[in-house]
Formats: sequence, C-alpha cells, structure tokens
Amino acid sequence: MNREKRNHLIRLFVAIAAVYLAVIILEMTLRPTSILFTVLRKGAIYSLVAVSMNLLNGFTGLFSLGQAGFMLLGAYTYAIFTIPADVKASDRVYRYYDCIIGFDTGALAGLIAAGLVAALFAFLIGLPVLRLKSDYLAIATLGFAEIIRAIFQWDVLGPVTNGANLLREYKDLSRITLPFTDIPFPPTLFVFIVAGISILLIVLLINSSYGRAFKAIRDDETAAEAMGINLFRHKELAFVISSFFAGVSGALLAAFQYTVQAQQFESMMTYEILLIVVIGGIGSISGSCIASFLYIALSEWWLRGLDMGKFLGIAAPDLFRSGFRKLVFSVIIMIIVLFFSRGIMGDKELSYARFISWIKGFGKKKKKGAAA
Amino acid sequence: MVEFFHHNLSYFLSGISVGGQYALIAIGYTMVYGILRLINFAHGDVFMCAGLMMVYLSASLPFVISVPLVLVLTVVLGFIIERVAYRPLRSAPRMSVMISAIGVSYLLQNAALYFTGGLAKVYPEIPFLSSSVTIWGATTRVVTIVTPFLTVILVVLLSLLIKHTKIGMAMRAVSRDFETSQLMGIKINRVISITFMIGSLLAAVASFLYFTNYASVTPSSGAMPGLKAFVAAVFGGIGSIPGAVIGAFIIGICENIIKGGASIFGIPGSGWTTFSDAFTFAFLIVVLVVKPTGLFGEKSVDKV
Amino acid sequence: MKKGFLVFLVALMSSFMLFAGGAGEEDSTVVKIGVFEPASGDNGAGGKQETLGIQYANYLTPTVTIGDTEYTVELVMADNESSNDRAATAAATLVNADCSVVLGSYGSGVSIAGSDTFRIAGVPAIGITCTNPQVTEGNTHYFRICYLDPFQGTVLANYAYDTLGARKVYCLAKLGDDYSGGLVNYFIERFKSLGGEVVSETFPEGNSDFTSYIANAKNSGCEVFFSPVSTEAAQLIINQADSQGLGMPILAGDTWDSNVILQAAKGKNVDITVTTFYPEGADPEFDAAFKEWVNADSTRLANNGGDDTISAVTAMGYDAYYFALQALQNAGSKDPADVMEALWTTEIDGVTGHIALDDVNGDAIRNTVYVKHANTETGGWDALPAVVVD
Repeated sequence: MNREKRNHLIRLFVAIAAVYLAVIILEMTLRPTSILFTVLRKGAIYSLVAVSMNLLNGFTGLFSLGQAGFMLLGAYTYAIFTIPADVKASDRVYRYYDCIIGFDTGALAGLIAAGLVAALFAFLIGLPVLRLKSDYLAIATLGFAEIIRAIFQWDVLGPVTNGANLLREYKDLSRITLPFTDIPFPPTLFVFIVAGISILLIVLLINSSYGRAFKAIRDDETAAEAMGINLFRHKELAFVISSFFAGVSGALLAAFQYTVQAQQFESMMTYEILLIVVIGGIGSISGSCIASFLYIALSEWWLRGLDMGKFLGIAAPDLFRSGFRKLVFSVIIMIIVLFFSRGIMGDKELSYARFISWIKGFGKKKKKGAAA
Repeated sequence: MVEFFHHNLSYFLSGISVGGQYALIAIGYTMVYGILRLINFAHGDVFMCAGLMMVYLSASLPFVISVPLVLVLTVVLGFIIERVAYRPLRSAPRMSVMISAIGVSYLLQNAALYFTGGLAKVYPEIPFLSSSVTIWGATTRVVTIVTPFLTVILVVLLSLLIKHTKIGMAMRAVSRDFETSQLMGIKINRVISITFMIGSLLAAVASFLYFTNYASVTPSSGAMPGLKAFVAAVFGGIGSIPGAVIGAFIIGICENIIKGGASIFGIPGSGWTTFSDAFTFAFLIVVLVVKPTGLFGEKSVDKV
Repeated sequence: MKKGFLVFLVALMSSFMLFAGGAGEEDSTVVKIGVFEPASGDNGAGGKQETLGIQYANYLTPTVTIGDTEYTVELVMADNESSNDRAATAAATLVNADCSVVLGSYGSGVSIAGSDTFRIAGVPAIGITCTNPQVTEGNTHYFRICYLDPFQGTVLANYAYDTLGARKVYCLAKLGDDYSGGLVNYFIERFKSLGGEVVSETFPEGNSDFTSYIANAKNSGCEVFFSPVSTEAAQLIINQADSQGLGMPILAGDTWDSNVILQAAKGKNVDITVTTFYPEGADPEFDAAFKEWVNADSTRLANNGGDDTISAVTAMGYDAYYFALQALQNAGSKDPADVMEALWTTEIDGVTGHIALDDVNGDAIRNTVYVKHANTETGGWDALPAVVVD
C-alpha cells in the first residue's frame, strides 16, 4: 500500500515536471505570438479559478456563485497595486481622476495582495451569507458579485479604481521580470507556476483534516455537526480560501489581458466557470484542469474557423459567419451536459492506473466489436 | 405629498410598468421552482426569443396572426426545452439540472446571436399599445398604463386556475410533495410540462409589453429582465405567485426611483444610476438575511 | 456506447487541432491585412459598416505592388464582440495569422484593450474611427486616420452653446465606455468654460429603460440632450424620447451617423444633430459606385443596416484600406516592422479628405467636422454647414 502510494507520487511528480518542461520548451521554440500560448495561459488561469470553485461546490457542498466578484477584486487589487507610481501620477491611466494611491509594488506582492483583498471581502460577505442554504446561498453570492461590480464602477471611487474605465500599464505578462533583473519572465511559464502552486496548495488543503471536515459537511451537514465539526467556521474557512485563490486567478487574468475593466466580470463569467467545473466533474481537481484547457481551446482556438468563413478546410462564408462558433460551442456543451452529466472525470482523479485500465477496457471493447 | 407624486409621476409610471413586466416573467421562475426546485436560468432567454420571433414574424404577417403565433411558438419552445434539457435529468443531482438550464440559456443566446448577426433588431410598433398618451402631465405610452392591469388580470386568472381546476390541484400537490403525488397517480411529467408552458406563455405576454416600451431586441435582452424577475421571485418567497408579483412591482418601482434619485431627492451625482442594478441585489440580500424564505415563502424543515 | 462517443469527440477535437494549427501553407504572394472590428455586441452595426468600406476597397483593389512583386491582399477578420475582454484574444488571432498591418477598431475601448497585443507582437494598427486620445497616446504602433475627441467635443460644445443657444445640457454616457465617457468629458470641459451648466449621468451595461434618464433631463431644466452612445442604445433613446415627449434637441457624435439612427428616427418627434467624418454626397462618384456594390448582394445590404445609406464609417474604412496599401508600398516590404516605420510618413487623398499623420502620436491632422441633421420625414440626413477649426 505504502509502496503503491510512493509510486503514485513519483508518477505524479514526473507528469507535472513533464508539463512544465513542455511549457518551457514550447516557449523557447514557438514564436511568442502563437495562439497556443493564449490557450495555455487562459487555460491555466481558468484551471485555477475552476479548482477554487470546485473547493466550494464540489468538496464543501456550498453552492456559491460569487466567483466573478472575487476575481474582480483580485484583478483590480493587482492592477492598482502594480501600476507604477509615476504612471498613476500622470494622466495616462487615471485621466479623469487624480489617483490617490502613491505607491506601487512588484508582481508577487500584487498577487498576494489580490488574494488577501478577495479573502477579506469573502470573510465579511460570508458572515451573513453562509447561514443561508443551497439555492439561497447561490443567489446571495451572485448578488454580492453584482454589487461589487457596481461599487467598482462608482465614480466616487474613481481616484482609486479609475471609475468604470480601463486599467492598464500595470505589471501585465509582458512587464513581469525575473526577480532582481530586467530579464522578462517567460509569460506562459509564469502563469503556470502561479496557477500550479495555488492548485497544489488547494490539493494539500483538501487532503488535510480540514479537507475531510469539508467533505463531511458536503455529505451530510447534520451528521457532520453531530460529530463535532463547527459548521460555520469550516464553511467560512472554505469560502475565504476559495475566494483567495479566485482573487489570485483574477490577478492573473488581468496580467494576461493587459487591460482590465469591472464590466467584464458579470454573472455570465461565473456560469462559464461553473460549466467548466461540471464538465470536468464536480469534486475532481484534475477534471477541472482538463476541462478548463479543453473549454478554452475549443472556444478560443479550434472553433475560431467557424467564425472566419473557413473550417476544417471547408470554405462557406455564408454559413460560417460571425457567431457560428458560439452556436456550435453551446451545442457541444449541451451534449456534454445531457449525456455526460457526471463530467469527464466524475469525482475521481486522473491517475496512471485509471488511465491504463481505461485504455485496456477500450481495447477489450474494440475486440468484442470486431468479433461481432 | 400629492405634489411630490405629481412631479415625479413619470418615474412611478415607468416603475409600475416595468414591475408588471418583471412580474409576468417572475411567475415562470417561481412556478418552476415550486415544483422542480430548479432555477430555470433559461427563462429570461425564452422571453428574449419571444421578442425575436415577433420581430421576424411581424415583418411578413399582420398582427392579428403574428401575436397569437408568437404566443403559441413560445409555449412550444418552453415545452421543448423542458422535454429535451430537463426531463432526461429528472433523476440526476439538482446541480446537473441547473447546469443544463445554464447551458440552454447559453444556447438560446448564441443561437439568437447567430441568426440576428449580432445586431439589435427593432421591435415592431403594435398599433394601440405603442401610441403616446398624456396622463396628469406625464407623457408615456399606452402600454405603460395597460401593463399593470393586464398583469393583475392574468395573475387572477392563474390563481383561479391553480385553485379550482384539476390540473391546478395537481400542481399544488406536486409542489408540496413530489414523490407522494406521483404515488397518488398524478402524471408528474404532464404537470411539469404544463407548468413550463404557462410560464412561457406569460413570458411571451411580458415580451409584447416590454419590447413595445423598449423597442429593440438583442441576444442579451433577456438576461437583465430575467435576473431581475428572478430576484423578484426570491424576494417574494420563491414558489409563491403573489409573492413574485409583489416583489416584481417593488423592484420595478425602486429601480426607477433610484435612477431618478438625483432629480427626486435633489442630491446630484451620477452615483445613483450606477447602483440601479446593484440596489436590486442589495435589497435581496437584506431580505434573505432577515427572512431567508422571502416575504411569502414557506418555511422548510430539514429532515435528518 | 458512451466510450465510443467520447473517442469520437476526442478524434473530432484532434482534427480541429490539426486544421487550426495547420493553416500553415504560406503563399508568398499574399499580404494579410487584419480587420479588427466588432461584428456583434453594442457596436456590431457600426463595425459591420466600417468593415464594408474595407471590403469594398478590397473588392476594387485586391492587389498591391510592394517592391517589384504584386501581392494579393487577404483580409483576415476577427470579431472583437465590442467587448474589452474579448478584444485581446481577437487581436491575438490576427497576430497569429501573420497580418502585416491591422485596421480598426470601431469603438475606442476595444482598440485600447487590443493595443498591447499588437505592441508586443510588433504589428502596426490603424485606428479608423476610434476617437479617444488614449488609443494612440504614448505608443508608436497605433495610428489613426480620424479626428480626436477633444476636438470633436469642443466643436459639439460650441455648437450647443452658440448655435443651439443652450445654457444647460444633459449628458448621458455609458458606464465604462471609453468612447462616450471620454467625449462627454471633453464636451463638459469646453461647455463649462463657455459658461454653461451640465447635468451628467451614466447608464450601466444591459440597460434598456431610458425613460427615467429622459425624465431627469426634463425635470432638471436642460435645453439639449447630449448622448454620444452606441447605436444600440441610441435606438432605444430615440424611441423613448419620442414617446416621453423629450422636447429638446438631441446632440451626438460620430457613432450616431448611421442609418440605424435614421430608421429609428423616421416619423418620430425628435430633433437629432450629429457630428461626423464624411457627409454623403461629398464624393458623388464614390457614393454611386458603393451603393451599386452594396445593392448587388443581400448580405452586404443587411450588413449595411438594410438600405444603401452611406455611413461616414464606411467611407473611413474605405480610406483606411488605401492608407494601409500606401504604407505597404512605401515600406517596400510586408514585414510589420517596416510598415510601422513607413506609416509615419504615409499620405493619401481619400474620399474623406487628405490624410496625413502628425509625428507625435501618429494621429491624423484634420480640422473639419461635418454636421448633419436627421430628417424625420424622408429618413435621410440633411447636411448642415461643416465646422472648420484652424
């Protein structure tokens, strides 16, 4: 048993190392403008936020729809913290307001601050809201996300948030450098490292005693309470931690996009993340990650041709016009939702043993089919 | 007081009118939730589709035909959505059904985006409803005046249907206890289909009223009214029809008072309008925290 | 069966990947021009009209001679969905397709949002009708062939104060929209310096109820309603202004110069004046030929809003295409870096006037604003005297 576990860990480590190596190699060989990097970066960012949502919905059984709001908090904190002080003082970004924030920080401090601000708000929101049950909790968190969005667009806060206008010239992916040097940090690798460490922390949390308490709450609240688990404290903990990482992913998203604006963090964004979680499998970390990359690759890359007149080598500008990509994409999603309601991974994790048995099982089926 | 009311009449009129429209949409949410415990996220988009159908149908058909046709087609749409996207998941976890609802909403919006080419469609002017009237010094459309009355009439009819007909009785039974009513021989699927059809019908009526006032239809036109109506349903106590209607009127009126805040209360600043949507949610959260089941909601008991 | 389906899905996806990745059969005699325009969302209607101008120019002149070689011009379209967060990925798509130069976008916000993607890839972009100063300010890769908002805002404020004689104006912008927010801001600056008073409000995304804003304008005693917002919101505002009896002139900027506005205003009791880049009739030859081209195809007609009215943005799109071709010729190469260098000194005589760029930000040197008034009976524009500022 112990040996198996060790083997499992070694395989996991090798697999993860291989992924990172692949990213480094790709970044050194392909041209930096390749669309592949867009997919990889956005995929990694969505993996993180999907995993953070999974921590709530999948592992703690808290149905929260506030993810977009916490991403907004993270994105804004990161942007406001890392815009250089001289840019803040000029009218390049804060054109209609005089920015009252006189300092700036590096990217790392910005990321941590992003997480902390999101966590702080989550703590405050959680106090009243986490006493609500299931759907009511979902609606209340959704509502809070909308309120946060409105507050950040309020012109009275303009000297801090630049009103409803774009924030830019912060430490986006093209401006992040290796520590203590001016050498640019490989952007895709940066996203992967931050997202990877964050996801690792979440996994460690889930496998700790706290994680077991979360699962107990998910499976049966009353029973968990009877066993001496402090319901509210654990729910609050899960909510705050999930929001922390949602904040970090919001910061990464801001860095990825080069510009950020409160307007984009609408409830549709939360639904999108929820879809990813469900497609990956509620309660499966690896499922969430796989689903994120597939989701982003499909919507941003593979199906692009459907919008641009030419797809799979077929040119039909009248059929493949703007919007067809999204139509096809939503049909694919409906098929997955209806026929694979347990998602890609169910509540299992990706592992070598499962992969092998899946391949074998498939081989058997093939043979049977051939015989018939 | 009278003077104040007179001076700001146009805000109240808009509020009551939009409240009535939210109410008609909210009923669809609340009935479905009452029976299936499902937040039907696609409902706002059904409303939008009804608007689009009207745009396309009225281009070639006279109103006498296109209006009933839109009603029928919207009902069919509601029926199909339930049949295809929700019924197969009846035994699946509730989360899956809700995801399916989000998926349908996404699909409807994207289909609309594709067919309209991403452009706003101008809603036809329905003869009587679109004309202007002046009441007590405020100029507005006939539809603004008609809406609250029509809403009340429809709600009364619906209540009669639920109270006094066989299908209404079945609906109440199913919403009270899903499994027992099945055992009692009620055809659950039929009841659910009819619930969806009634919801869609009312959404179609709401679309006539709403889009006559705000005459352009875009793929995302249904999102905000849908969300607001949904909030109204929760606010009034989800599952309760009178609750949804009252909630909708309150939200509609408050929203317009806030938009006019600078003028009504004499406090200038553009912050008022920024919060017109956020206010709805803030209000909701306060209600939920104070009275988690909404104004008229039934108290649910957790069974171990 | 489920597994089989899954395998089918995987196979389908890998084939997407192959095709999406394998668009690599490079033709050496093709030069790609990116069209970074919205085809959906708030600004979809305007983006489509601007794109039509580009397509029409491409139809007339499908090739360009760079150095000694004749290249075929291929237009690569990417829909930025009028949304600032989609703009970056749409821009990445264009950059990935190896465009030598990018045209667009309609809408200032998306241009600013896409700007950094172009900057990092070193691809020059030519703004066609994005009037916010921040698009080109402080960078060397974004150029622009139209006038700017400080200029347009000043002209509009002067017009409201002097010509319309207004002393109190109601301004309505969309929350978080760089175009309307910026223009309203410059308008207010100028109008206040003239001694006027303003009431300024914003409406949030997804709002379709403008009755309260109209009531606010009426109740606050304003004399002009200034709302340079997207055409999508404009339709609603016109409609509700009519039914609520707004009773004051509506003033707007270049976005409102669209047949969408004309169609909405036809037969209504509204008084609309707009400023713009090109008045129909200024170049009869261009007008006639373009109308013929648009009427020849139902898709084009639909993209132009259902009739053959010429929007200023279409003429600007047309000029932008020739401006790009001229820059390619001047550069003598299709390498984006060379084109970027050449753009600074490129000049053409377009249908919207002579186009040359200044050497500070690469903005067009323009001094004329055309003014139009919507004729609600005929459903056309009446040209008012143009404003020339020296």
